[in-house]
Amino acid sequence: MKEQLAKIRAEALSAFESVRDSAALDELRVKYLGKKGELTAVLKQMGRLSAEERPAMGQLANEVRAALENALDAASHKLEKAAMELKLKAETVDVTIPGKQVRVGRRHPMNTALEEIKDIFIGMGFTVLDGPEIELAELNFDRLNAEEGHPSRDWSDTFYFDEDSRVMLRSQTSPMQVRAMDSMELPIRIIAPGRVYRKDEVDATHSPMFHQVEGMVIDKNITMADLKGTLNTLAERLFGQGTVTRFRPHHFPFTEPSCEMDVQCHKCGGVGCPTCKGEGWIELLGAGMIHPRVLEMAGIDPEEWSGWAFGMGLERTALRRFKIADMRLIFENDVRFLEQF
Amino acid sequence: MNLSRKWLNEFVKIDAPDKEFAEAMTLSGSKVEGTTDLGAEISKVVVGKIVSMERHPDSDHMWVCQLDVGQEEPVQICTGAWNIHVGDLVPVALHNSTLPGGKKITKGKLRGIMSNGMLCSLSELGLDERDFPYGVITAAALLNDYHPIDPAKPSIPADIQPGDKVFGPVVAAEVLECMPLGDGSYHTCMMVKDATVCPDIHCDNVHVGDMVAYNEKTDDICTLADLHAEQREFPHCIPDGIFVLHEDCKPGDDIKAVTGLDDHVVEFEITPNRPDCLSVIGLAREAAATFDAPLTLHEPEVKGGADGVLTDLLDVETPAADLVPRYTARMVRNVKIAPSPKWMRERLRAMGVRPINNIVDITNYVMLEYGQPMHAFDYRYVNGGKIIVRRAEEGEALTTLDGKEHRLTANHLVIADEGRAVGLAGIMGGLNSEIVDDTTDVVFESACFDGTCIRKGALALGMRTEASAKFEKGLDPLNTLPAVNRACELVELLGAGEVVDGCIDILNFVLHPVELPVEPDKINALLGTNVSREEMLSILKKLDFLVEEDPDVVTVPSWRGDVRRMADLAEEVARFHGYNNIPNTLMRGQTTQGGYSPVQKLENRLGELCRACGYSEIITYSFISPSYYDKILWPEDDFRRNSFKILNPLGEDTSIMRTTTLPSMLEILTRNCNYRNKSAWLYELGRIYQPGDEEGLANETKILTLGAYGNGMDFFTMKGTVEAILKDTRAKDIHFEPCAADHSYHPGRCAEVWSGDDCIGVFGQIHPQAAQNYGVDVELYCAELSFDVLLVTHGTDPEYAPLPKFPAVTRDIAVVCDEAVTVGALEAAIRKGAKGLLKDAALFDIYRGKGVAEGKKSVAFNLTLRADDRSLTGEEADADVKSILETLEKDCGAVLR
Repeated sequence: MKEQLAKIRAEALSAFESVRDSAALDELRVKYLGKKGELTAVLKQMGRLSAEERPAMGQLANEVRAALENALDAASHKLEKAAMELKLKAETVDVTIPGKQVRVGRRHPMNTALEEIKDIFIGMGFTVLDGPEIELAELNFDRLNAEEGHPSRDWSDTFYFDEDSRVMLRSQTSPMQVRAMDSMELPIRIIAPGRVYRKDEVDATHSPMFHQVEGMVIDKNITMADLKGTLNTLAERLFGQGTVTRFRPHHFPFTEPSCEMDVQCHKCGGVGCPTCKGEGWIELLGAGMIHPRVLEMAGIDPEEWSGWAFGMGLERTALRRFKIADMRLIFENDVRFLEQF
Repeated sequence: MNLSRKWLNEFVKIDAPDKEFAEAMTLSGSKVEGTTDLGAEISKVVVGKIVSMERHPDSDHMWVCQLDVGQEEPVQICTGAWNIHVGDLVPVALHNSTLPGGKKITKGKLRGIMSNGMLCSLSELGLDERDFPYGVITAAALLNDYHPIDPAKPSIPADIQPGDKVFGPVVAAEVLECMPLGDGSYHTCMMVKDATVCPDIHCDNVHVGDMVAYNEKTDDICTLADLHAEQREFPHCIPDGIFVLHEDCKPGDDIKAVTGLDDHVVEFEITPNRPDCLSVIGLAREAAATFDAPLTLHEPEVKGGADGVLTDLLDVETPAADLVPRYTARMVRNVKIAPSPKWMRERLRAMGVRPINNIVDITNYVMLEYGQPMHAFDYRYVNGGKIIVRRAEEGEALTTLDGKEHRLTANHLVIADEGRAVGLAGIMGGLNSEIVDDTTDVVFESACFDGTCIRKGALALGMRTEASAKFEKGLDPLNTLPAVNRACELVELLGAGEVVDGCIDILNFVLHPVELPVEPDKINALLGTNVSREEMLSILKKLDFLVEEDPDVVTVPSWRGDVRRMADLAEEVARFHGYNNIPNTLMRGQTTQGGYSPVQKLENRLGELCRACGYSEIITYSFISPSYYDKILWPEDDFRRNSFKILNPLGEDTSIMRTTTLPSMLEILTRNCNYRNKSAWLYELGRIYQPGDEEGLANETKILTLGAYGNGMDFFTMKGTVEAILKDTRAKDIHFEPCAADHSYHPGRCAEVWSGDDCIGVFGQIHPQAAQNYGVDVELYCAELSFDVLLVTHGTDPEYAPLPKFPAVTRDIAVVCDEAVTVGALEAAIRKGAKGLLKDAALFDIYRGKGVAEGKKSVAFNLTLRADDRSLTGEEADADVKSILETLEKDCGAVLR
């Protein structure tokens, strides 16, 4: 019997070892470990053994069973693994085949630039205002200290809807300064982006409709140094840490002192190149301390309150930001252009 | 405003190189747009003196010249020009020299003879006869250059001999001697048969040995015109050639210095508040303050002494006193009109002004120097010796110097005599009183006119001139007298005439010098600086602000009309303290809460959604052409055609404010189509402008416009996008209604989308006729959703609903109904028939064909039923389905298939 068990063990282990598929393995399991299997048949002979022999033989039989079961598990595992490998191999794909197209639309580059600017100012506690594009000349000009006779009021520069030059397409976002002063509680921190209109023929750098963003702060003890600090932050956030700026005196009817801010040319680092027309600097925006007369017209006492304002063109900022050569592309909306951003 | 740096240096000496000068001026407020080195393109061009010249052995027209160019050895140069003579000083472009236009000169052989450079004409130096009037070349008809048009029939025989008659008093003469006299004329001696004649001639192309046509009667030689000959008959007798210099110069001198091309011109952008800087003196003052250099201004001195008493000769009246703050005039007699001297022409030219004659040039010179427009007119045309500055009469006619006739209105200001207008005040002089070659008595007008009147007048006539551009900004009335005196001084300096003593000066204004307190604390508080009172006063003094004993007050100079209060003084201080020396600080004060409003948040969200659905953002013009309403098939009487109309549009295509975004979207779609882009899915959140808001403004509302073609776009793809947007914004009770009434859309493929009782918008396929109007034949799909309604129907924040604990039962049903019954109606019947267990009814098939009768369709739904508190039994589910089927049959005539 001992010999029988050893034989079964040897045969079975060898058979398990060499089995090729799970059906064959199952047959072997039945053959050796099944109810009518060889091991069971041997165990059935246990009754014939003597009481002394029985425990030792029983232990041996159990050992053989355990060994067979382990070997069966191992073989089964091996087969599963092989099957999985086969399956994986069969399922292998050419990963260089293009992916299935998921169409995602793009934001217009001009609005991407605007979005960045909004985020910067919202972070500084500014509110975003929206206002009419068809505007009263009173708000676009008079209330901004550009009185009758100011050249920008000419019909050659500005679009009008009536012979009295009363209603017009706003030529700047600056009337939003007045609307904010008229409707908001002090202190005020706002930006106001939007469309503006000037009588310029379309070319690579001009469009009769374009976008500006206006910014304004009115509070106590606001200084020109604050204006510079804030605008430098803007430039750094837009064009990167270490962006060099400079401020130049300029003139706007509604600010005094007035300035323009230039950013050092990113291409040449200020040496002068075609991008900056040899100047080394690129004009970014106009700004200044709100003219006391403008505050007075809004019923704000310039002795108590001061403020600053700026206005910047968005198209040119976007052109610079994305190195776009021609403003006409902005309004052409060719998908081959739009999908680049 | 152009500025000659040489001219500037007359008032303030600034040696800084151009770049440094430009930077410093820009940073102190005078923005430099660019700098031009007038002679940048010219190098190695010097003055040469012709030592000798011989005819080229192998050419019938070239000369071989030896030139003294200030070097040890003379230089040999061949030239084809005929206007030069031994002793002439000429511009010589040496070997390896450069000329304007990128022209490079190197040595080389010309027909076998070495030529070590080139002699230059005026134009080769980038100049013309206006710059050097004496550079005009007069050519004689040289008989030895005669080439008959018909060789068989020459007008002049080839073997013509001295003394032979050419025609009438004109005979052939051989030149024996020709000597330049230095003033552009030549002493000659020539042989006529057996006699000699010695006329002084003005033709520049005559040399010893030439045969000329001599007119015995006029004692002069003939030009082509005198012979009534054509140019091609005398191909080398042309009024062109080398620029023979009559300047104080010597061989070897750099030609740039000799011709004034050694100047550098700086172009400034002057802001409208600083008309005083539209002058050399104004910019000199700024430059002096910028570089802290002394400013040397010059007080004009007029000798005067011409015959006559000014008040007897001239009387001035200013009935329109409100428009003429000041009128100043002086008179010059015995005027000799001539070109102005080289230094004046050079300066004018550098500043971009064309030299004309001494008197006109003087007025321009003074305008550039003082910023005061001046006008000179011929006294003999001022009838009655009386000048009246008045408003024009309605319809009054005046022809201005440019030859254009104008009909004037009472808004124009004219300079008139007793009978008629002789000039358009502040804009342009009249042709009837123009300075001409025989003008002898001149009136110089130096006036100050009302800026608005001049601006409007110029604008109405469409003739903005140099003068009107200055006047419209408001000039300093104190500048008129120095300017007119300067003009008279220049007249005397140029010997252009004799100045009559005295001056007519009418003052219709009262001088109010502006005095401002100096408030360093306030200025520093505004600037955020810590500038001392001393520095402030020093800056203001440099700008000619008057600081008297009381250092707390300054008087603003008369030309600084822009300085009126503390903030203006602060700007002056900031400019010269340096904007870039103001510190950069972050704002203090009350913190404010920034962020987006609910409206802006929805705008942002809609954009995100559209992009997530595959649509790219576009930006289109707000103005359109009225004809676009026709293109999108709006009926003639559609009230939506009522649009804001721009009275001064750039063109028809941008002349009205859109009341619909559809044409804008269609234009972009078709443009993409025309660019052969296979598909385009686009969106814009843009405004429309409907009349009717307060104060005559527009009701500006936003429309979310979607537009697409290609890449599988069809009605249901567009509908899916609309549904996705509405689902995301949690709009409630959404339903779709067929819409055949919107003319822009396909009547069978258009729907309105509603949320309860609010119509959100319309979408569908663009009417093929409309697409055709845009020139495309692809199917275009659009949606127009009202942002305002989206905002109203925007649902509240979502609230968590517990997830189902019990399993659902699903049942598929297919019903057969009439073709006319809509899926929407079937869905409504299903919802109506359900007894509270139905969670979802999803359409999964519509079938027509075999097994379904003609005119019928089979519609299949997948129903999901579930109870929230228990597992459903099959019986419970079946009961609901039964009720649903009954309702379908009752309401829609749909029976289970």
